[in-house]
Amino acid sequence: MMEHLPALMIAVPLFGAFTTPLFKKRGSAAAVWALIIATTTLGLSLLLVRQILNSGLMVYVFGADKPTLVLPSGYSVPIRIIFEVDAIGAFMALSATLMTFIGALYSYNHVKNETGLEKYYALLLLLEVGILGMVLTGDLFNLFVFLEIAGIAGSALVGFRNYRGEASEAGIKYLIVSAIASLMVLFSIGLLYGEYGNLNIAYLSTQIRFSTVDMIALGILFTSFAMKCGSVPTHHWVPDAYTEVPSGINPALLVATYASLYALFRISFTLFGKISLSMSNVGWIMCILGVLTMFIGVTMALVQKDVKRLMSYHAISQTGYMLLGVGVGLAVLNDPAKLAAFGRDAMAGGIFHIINHIIYKSLLLMTAGALFYVTGTRNLNEMGGLARKMPYTTIAFIVGAAAISGIPPFNGFASKFLIYETSYQLNPLLAVFALVTSVLTLASFVKVFASAFLGPPVEKYENVREVPKAMVVAMLILAGLCILFGLFPNLVLDKLVYPAVDALLNLAQYQTWGGVL
Amino acid sequence: MNNVILANLPFVVVALLLAIGFYTIGFKRNLIKVVIGIEILEGAVNLFLVALGYVKGAYAPIYTMAPEDAVNNMVLPTPQALTLTSIVIGVAVSALMLAFAVNIYRHYGTLDVTKARRLRG
Repeated sequence: MMEHLPALMIAVPLFGAFTTPLFKKRGSAAAVWALIIATTTLGLSLLLVRQILNSGLMVYVFGADKPTLVLPSGYSVPIRIIFEVDAIGAFMALSATLMTFIGALYSYNHVKNETGLEKYYALLLLLEVGILGMVLTGDLFNLFVFLEIAGIAGSALVGFRNYRGEASEAGIKYLIVSAIASLMVLFSIGLLYGEYGNLNIAYLSTQIRFSTVDMIALGILFTSFAMKCGSVPTHHWVPDAYTEVPSGINPALLVATYASLYALFRISFTLFGKISLSMSNVGWIMCILGVLTMFIGVTMALVQKDVKRLMSYHAISQTGYMLLGVGVGLAVLNDPAKLAAFGRDAMAGGIFHIINHIIYKSLLLMTAGALFYVTGTRNLNEMGGLARKMPYTTIAFIVGAAAISGIPPFNGFASKFLIYETSYQLNPLLAVFALVTSVLTLASFVKVFASAFLGPPVEKYENVREVPKAMVVAMLILAGLCILFGLFPNLVLDKLVYPAVDALLNLAQYQTWGGVL
Repeated sequence: MNNVILANLPFVVVALLLAIGFYTIGFKRNLIKVVIGIEILEGAVNLFLVALGYVKGAYAPIYTMAPEDAVNNMVLPTPQALTLTSIVIGVAVSALMLAFAVNIYRHYGTLDVTKARRLRG
C-alpha cells in the first residue's frame, strides 16, 4: 500500500467529493462524511510524509511500473502520467490536508444554516484534490489541470453565499484571474512542449537550454504563478475572495494560494534550476516583489474597517515574507559559500513561514468568522466588548495576532527571525522593510483587538454567547499548533522544513528517477 | 517567402487572437464581453497546441494497421489529448463565469464592471 500513497492522496478526496452530493437534504450527514474523508486524507498524508522522510523521493506512474518508453533505437523518454513526490511536495500536502480537516471541522457549525451544504462539502474536497494534485505531480500538464480544478472549486466556494451580490462579484474576480493565469500557464507549457517534445518536469529540466523561447516561457510562468499567489501588483483579488468566502473554506483557500507559490518555487528551482546564473536575477526580482508585497499589503490593511478584509490584506503582506525568504535563497543559488552561509536558512525561513502563516492566518480568519457568526456584521466600528462573552475566541485571537506580529513564544517569530537574519546579509534594506512591516502588522491587530474585544459592551450584543463547540475546537487546535511550533521550532525545522529546502536545492536528485537519465 | 507565411499562419493567428483576447478583457466594460475575451484567449491557446501537433506529411498516431512508410513518421498524440482536456476545462470555467455574471445582474441590475463594484478599499 505504501507505494500507492501518491495515488491514494488524490483518489480518496476525489471519491469523497463525488459521493458527498448523495447526502442531499441532510447537511449534517454530508458534513460528517466530508470530515471522515478529510481525516482519512490527513492520515494518508502523514504516512506519505513519513515514507518520504525515510526513503526519499517517490515516483508513481499511473498504469505502469516504469515511467519510460524505450524506442527500438534505444532512445528512452518518460511518458504516462507521473507523480513525483519529494520533501517539499509532501510538506505542502501535509499542510493542505491538515487545513482541509480544520476547515471541515469548523464548517460543521459555521455554515449549518445555509442551503446546499452537500455542494459546499463536495467543493471543499474538490479544492483539496486540486491542491494535492498541484503539489504532488511531476508533469507540467497535470499541474495545469489541477490548477484549474483548484481555481474552479475555489471560486465556486467564494461565490457560495449566492444570495449576496458581493459574493458573486468576488467569485468572478477570482475566477477571471485564475482563468487568465492558468491559460497563460498552458500557453507556456505549449511553448516548452513544442521545443522539447515532453511534459515531464524532471526530463525538461535536464533539457532546458535557455533559448529565447525558454525565456518567454519562464517569464509567463513566473508572472502567472505570481498572479495566482497574490503578489503585488496583481493582488486585488485576494481581499475580495478571502472576505466573501465562508470562514471554514479560508484555510483551504489559503493553501490553494500557496500551492501556486509552490509551483512558482518548483518552476524557479527545478524546471529552470540548471541556468543558475540567470536565476539570481530572478531571485532578486522575487525579493523585490516580496518587499513590495509585504509593505503594500500591510499599509492597505491599516485603513480597513471590515475585520475580515483587514486580515485578508495581511495575507497579502505575509506572502511577501515567503517570497523574500525564498527569493534570497534563489538570488545566491549559484554561490555555494553564500548559499551555505545564509541562503539555505533564508529558504527555510520562507518555507517555514508558509505553514506558520497558514496556521495563524486560518486561525485569525476563523475568529473573524466567529465574530460574524455571533454579531452578523464584519464592521469593526459596530462591535465592542466581546471579550467577556467569547473567552475562547478571544484567546484564539490573541494567540493568532501575537503569532502574525512575530512576538517571541509564538510560531510567527521563529520563521520571521530566520528571514530577518538572512535577508539582512543579502541586503540590509530588505530586513528593514521586513521589520517595519511586522511593527505595522502589530499596530493593525491592536486596532482590531481594541475595537472588537475591548471597550464598552454594545447593547445589541447583550445576549451573544460563545460560538458552538466544533468551531471552538477547530480554533483551539490551531492556537495549540501556533504555540507548539513557536516553542519547538527546531523540531519542525529539522523534521519537515530543512528536508523540503534540500529537496528544492537538490536538483540532481529530482532529475534521476526511474532509471531514465 | 509565400510558403513561410503559409506554414506559420496558425501561429500568426494565435498571436492575433491573444492580442484580441487581452484587449477584450482589459478594455470592455460588459461582463459578458469579458467572458467572451477569456474564451478567445482559450481559443488561441488551444489553436496553439493543435498547431504544435501538426507536422506536414506525417501520419496520424494510429498504431494498428499503420502503412509501412509511417514508421518514424507519426505525429505525437499528446497535443490533441491536451487540447481536448483544455476544451473540457474551458467549458466548466465559462459556465461558472456566466453563472456568476447572471447572479451579478440579478443583484446589481447591471453588467457594467465599473458599476458592479461594491467591494473596494
